[in-house]
Amino acid sequence: MTNIFELLKGNPEDSDYEKKGVIVQGITGSYGSIHAKQMIAYGTNVVAGVTPGKGGQKFEETVPIYNTMQEAVDETNAKISIIYVPAKFFLSAAKDALNSGIKLLVAIPEHVPIRDTMEALQLAKEKGAVIIGPNTPGIMIPELIKIGIMPPMPFKAGKIAVLSKSGTLLYEISDALTNAGFGQSITIGIGGDPVNGTRLIDAFEMVKDIPDLEGLVIVGEIGGDSEEMLAQKIIDSGFNKPSVAYIAGRAAPKEKRMGHAGAIVMGTYGSAESKVSMFNKANIPVAKRPAEVPVLLAGKMEK
Amino acid sequence: MQLLEFQAKELFREYGISLLDSISSTNIEEGRKHAKELGYPFVIKIQVPVGGRGKAGGIQKCQNDDEFDIKYPQVMDLEIKGEKARAILLEKMADIKKELYLSIFLNRSKRCYTIIASAEGGVEIESVKNQIIKEIGLGDVSDEIANEVAKEMGLEGITAKGVADTLKKLSKLTIEKEAELVEINPLAIMQDDTVMALDGKFVTDDNANFRHDELLKYQEKSEIEKQAEKSGFSLVELDGDIAVVGNGAGLVMSTLDMLSDNGGKPACFLDVGGGATTESVYEALTLISKLDRVKGILVNLYGGIVKTTVVAEAFLKAYENNLIDIPVFSRLKGTESEKAKEMLQGSRTNMFDSIEEAINAAVMGVKK
Repeated sequence: MTNIFELLKGNPEDSDYEKKGVIVQGITGSYGSIHAKQMIAYGTNVVAGVTPGKGGQKFEETVPIYNTMQEAVDETNAKISIIYVPAKFFLSAAKDALNSGIKLLVAIPEHVPIRDTMEALQLAKEKGAVIIGPNTPGIMIPELIKIGIMPPMPFKAGKIAVLSKSGTLLYEISDALTNAGFGQSITIGIGGDPVNGTRLIDAFEMVKDIPDLEGLVIVGEIGGDSEEMLAQKIIDSGFNKPSVAYIAGRAAPKEKRMGHAGAIVMGTYGSAESKVSMFNKANIPVAKRPAEVPVLLAGKMEK
Repeated sequence: MQLLEFQAKELFREYGISLLDSISSTNIEEGRKHAKELGYPFVIKIQVPVGGRGKAGGIQKCQNDDEFDIKYPQVMDLEIKGEKARAILLEKMADIKKELYLSIFLNRSKRCYTIIASAEGGVEIESVKNQIIKEIGLGDVSDEIANEVAKEMGLEGITAKGVADTLKKLSKLTIEKEAELVEINPLAIMQDDTVMALDGKFVTDDNANFRHDELLKYQEKSEIEKQAEKSGFSLVELDGDIAVVGNGAGLVMSTLDMLSDNGGKPACFLDVGGGATTESVYEALTLISKLDRVKGILVNLYGGIVKTTVVAEAFLKAYENNLIDIPVFSRLKGTESEKAKEMLQGSRTNMFDSIEEAINAAVMGVKK
C-alpha cells in the first residue's frame, strides 16, 4: 500500500523533507491561479506550473511554468501534482502527469465523465500511482501541506484522521473537531463522484497505521457502497481506534442526484439506512448532525 | 439521467436488439391512431423515469376500443413516485415462455463495467434470484464471455445464442453511449425460443454529454433546472415549503436532513457551487422566488472559497429589488462571515449562530 505520508512529507534524511514539491496543472486558469496562491500561502512547496503554450513564463514572478508535465517533472523531480483544468481536459492532463512519473495526483475538477476517470485509474495502476478525486477538495496535513482547495481556518494539526466524500462537510466537521480540541493528522477528500481514484477503503488503508493516530472520522453521503465496504473492512481488520461516522442525505428522495454525481440512491443501493446499519454493525456510532461528531468521538475515547 | 422506456428502446432498436412493435403518443387522439395501426390486443404503458410502474397500475392490457377509451386516460393521469406521465407507449402483447434478466452497469466500487444476468427475471433487481455477476473491464463483451453467461443461465440452442447476441449488442450500446446502466428486464423467451426485450432502462452519465449530442434530445429538464445548470449551481426541486440554500452538495444534503428531522419540509435543494458569485446567487434567488410553494428560505453557508459576503450581497440586492418577500433564516460561518452578518443586520434575514437555531426558527416561521 502507498505510504501517503512518505509521499507528502518524505523521509527525515531527504533534503526536501516536509517540503515536497508540487506541480500545479492549469496554474494560469482563473481557478488554478487562485488556489495555487492559497496553497503557497499555506506553505505548500509549489515548484512548477504547467499550461500548454505558456512555457517559459513565471507564475507570481517565482514559479516557473512549463508546456508539458514531462518538462516540469524533469526540471523539478516532483512526484506530486494537482489538476485544475476543466473536466473535459482532465483525462489528457492526468495521462500527461502519470506518464511523466507523478505518483500522487490530486484531481480537483467536477463533472469528469466516469469513463475518463476509469481510464486514468487504469493508467495509475500500471504506473503505481495514486489518484485522489476527481471532484475532491484535496488532501492535507494541517499546518504542513495543503494540496487542494480547502480554506485553512477549520483545520489544526493533531491526531485525528478525517476521510470525507464532501468538501464543505469536511470543513464543517473539521471545524467542529478543532473547536472541541481534536486536531487532524491528515484529511483526505474522497470526492463526490461515482468512481473515486481513492475509495474510502483505500484512504483507510493509508491512515490506519499512523503510529500516534487517536481517532478516525468518516464523512459519507448517500450513493454507492463505499461506506459499507469500509465498515466491513474495519470489522475484518480489527481496527479499534475510536471512530465516528456521519452520513449526509437521509432525507433525500430516491433516484434523484443530489448535487454530487455520485449522490444517488437506486432502490436500496446507496441508501443512508444501508450505510448506517453497516456502521452500527462495525460498532461505529453515526452522528445525526455534523456538530454531534466531536461529541460522539469524545464519548468513544472515554470508553 | 434516466431515459424513458420508449427512448431506451429507440437506442435498443438502433443497436439491433429484438423488440416487439410499439408506438409512443402523448394524447389520446394520437393514441387512437396508433391503436389502429398496431391492432388489438396490446399493452398500454405509462412512460415515467422511475421503476415500479406495474405495481402502480401504469401497465394495462387492452383488448378493444371501449377498453382503450377508459384505460388510456386512466394511465395517462397516474402519478408514480411523484412523476407524471411523459408519454404513453402502446406495445403488442407477447406470448412468452419465460422471463430473463440482463444488465450492464458501471460498477462504482470495482471501477469497471459489470454484467448481471439471471434466468429468473421480471421482478425488481433486488429480488432477482441466482444472479450471475461478471466484471468485464472497460471494453466490449467477447463472444466467449457472452456464451459463458448464456450457459451459466442454463440456456441452450437458439435461446442461448439469442441471449449471447443480445448481451454483445447491449455492451456495445453501453460503452459507445457511456451509459451508467442499461437493463433489459424482462428479456423474454418467446414461444419460438428467440428472445425479445420487453422493457428497457437506460441511465446516462450526464458528465459525458458533451461527447453525445445524439442523446441531448432525451434531456428533460424543467426551465428552472436548465437555468440552474447555466448559472453553475445545482438544484433539485422537492415538494415542501422551505427552500434550502447552501454551498456544497454535502452541506446542503446535511441541512435537508436536519430540517426534516425537525419537522420541516424542504422545497428544494440548492447548492450554489464552488464558483458562486453575487450574480449567480441572485439568479438562484430569482428561481426560488418563482416557486409558489416556498414560504421561507433556509440558508446554510460555510464560507471557504465562496465568501459569505458574496452571498450576503446577493440577498441585499434581492431585497432591494423586492424579489423576496418571504422570511429568510440563515446561519453564516467561515470566510468573511462577520462582515456578512454586519451587512445583513437590520435586513429581512434572520441570523442565527447555529444551524439548529436557524432550522427551528424556519420551521416555526413558515407555520404562521
